[in-house]
Amino acid sequence: MEAKLDKNCFEPLKAEKNGENEIVKPSETYWQDAWRRLKENKVAMVSLCVLIFLVVLCIVGPMVSKYDYYTNDLTKGYLKPSKEHYFGTDNLGRDLYVRVLTGTRISFSVGIVAAAINFIIGCLYGGIAGFYGGMTDNIMMRIVDIIYSIPTELYVILLMVALKDKSGNGLLNIYIALGISYWTGMARIVRGQILTLKQQEFILAAKSLGAKNSRLIIKHLIPNCMGPIIVTLTMSIPSAIFTESFLSFIGLGVNAPIASLGSLCSDSLQYYRQYPYTLFFPALMLCIMMLAFNLFGDGLRDALDPKMRK
Amino acid sequence: MGNYIFKRIISSIITLWAVITITFLLAHAIPGGPFSKNEKLPPAIRKQMEARYNLDKSTWWQYKDYMKHLLKFDLGPSMVYKGKTVQRMIHNEFPKSAQLGIVAVLISILIGIPFGITSALRQGKWQDHTVMVLATLGITVPSFVFATLLYYFFVVKLGWFPSRGWGSAAHVVLPAIALAGSPTASISRITRSSLLDVIRQDYIRTAKAKGLPDKVVVYKHALKNALIPVVTYLGPLIASILTGSFVIEKIFVIPGLGSEFVDSIGNRDYTVILGVTIFFATFLIICNLIVDIVYVLVDPRIKYEK
Repeated sequence: MEAKLDKNCFEPLKAEKNGENEIVKPSETYWQDAWRRLKENKVAMVSLCVLIFLVVLCIVGPMVSKYDYYTNDLTKGYLKPSKEHYFGTDNLGRDLYVRVLTGTRISFSVGIVAAAINFIIGCLYGGIAGFYGGMTDNIMMRIVDIIYSIPTELYVILLMVALKDKSGNGLLNIYIALGISYWTGMARIVRGQILTLKQQEFILAAKSLGAKNSRLIIKHLIPNCMGPIIVTLTMSIPSAIFTESFLSFIGLGVNAPIASLGSLCSDSLQYYRQYPYTLFFPALMLCIMMLAFNLFGDGLRDALDPKMRK
Repeated sequence: MGNYIFKRIISSIITLWAVITITFLLAHAIPGGPFSKNEKLPPAIRKQMEARYNLDKSTWWQYKDYMKHLLKFDLGPSMVYKGKTVQRMIHNEFPKSAQLGIVAVLISILIGIPFGITSALRQGKWQDHTVMVLATLGITVPSFVFATLLYYFFVVKLGWFPSRGWGSAAHVVLPAIALAGSPTASISRITRSSLLDVIRQDYIRTAKAKGLPDKVVVYKHALKNALIPVVTYLGPLIASILTGSFVIEKIFVIPGLGSEFVDSIGNRDYTVILGVTIFFATFLIICNLIVDIVYVLVDPRIKYEK
């Protein structure tokens, strides 16, 4: 039986009110969304400002200062902090302010270069393991497990001993040793992300358009797990800085006259009982850097990690 | 269960073998032997010295020889200190490091867990903030900075503790606190976040609804599950205390294995570097194995059927 529908059953919809159906909030990309969240996080923003300030200071500071980090002046040893020498001088009469800033430079560069090398190795390793899966994945991840079970410090010490040459300032060795020992964490994260991402339709679409595997990994998969990658990257910078200062402290770091924050702390061990400021300033700088990187990394994780969203 | 432990032991042995091989190859990739530092050595004598330590043989021969001796727990002689063997060094010095390490582990557990519990139960209050600030500081301040600060104030300024040496309980206190700094911070953070997780579970609500007092709910119901992540942290904890001992023992002038290791790096004493690294690696792998087995025992939810 057919239901009879009267025209009266219907009534025309009134004209829409202005803007009722419009989307009020402009749609945001993932990165805009993350940036907004990050801006709301005061601790992270303060840390970011501190880091930017330190970068500028350690680049500009030594340039405009009338002292340099390597000229000895034995008549001016162990001067107390003053207007002339903001942080005082060390045993050889070198200005500590400039030495601490150049040390900060070295620490920054170590952190960033090591993180960059880890990024490349970790992404490719994790990407290949996750993408091919099966036996390849199994073997590659077992190797990661083996490396992971031994503390990185032990590897880095061995690598540094093996790489040690008397010429040069030793910086290159540190880059290499740190660069090839921190990528395991990155590789695990990238692999985990890619395992889930590779099932998605856009990969199928790219495949059916004839994309090669290398293109799939580099152009499609890795850019889509950039969030966790950046968080891991930010967290690996302070650990690289930390390991470098640890190495310098046990005498495997940069060679004199170049100084890193770790070697400045280590040098001052001989005389800090009489001149505590020689230890205080490099140690303080190191702590500020570590604190700022860690707090910024925490904020970044909250902003970028979708799992943390409420 | 038995199957899992068996698999885990096999993989530990493979890991151990891989680590020994990599360490051996790295140590042999070092340019210039231990005797090249001494330039005055006549070539004939150097040749004899190299023959004495089998350095003139092929790497493969040396590897086989080393492995053969390793199976008998023979790590070879020191190249710098005549008449000292590596296993004797480990035998003499590891007990001191171990003693220090055990005290540090105890401190970090006995302080870290109560701190974590307090901060989770008083979430958002001042206790929570204090603990979290302390924990952040503990993780970010490098151990050697913390150790030198402790040394400066309590030894140099206040003179409460002996300045160097080993033997009495007073010698252990400061270095153990310095070693325990960052693990304590990590443990309190882990305890806090895992307890916060557990407290929101249904079974906790049930326990509360039954009218159980808060103390019983927290200590009998919540804590049992909340402490499982702390067990998994024990592996990294031991590793961090071990590497931390390198610098702490140097600062507090303790004649332990950590400072011996650092000295051997300075002296380019390859057999000691190689031997002690292998010893540390073995020690850590065994610790990790024990932690993994304990983990399965305390957490019946895990059924390893990979």
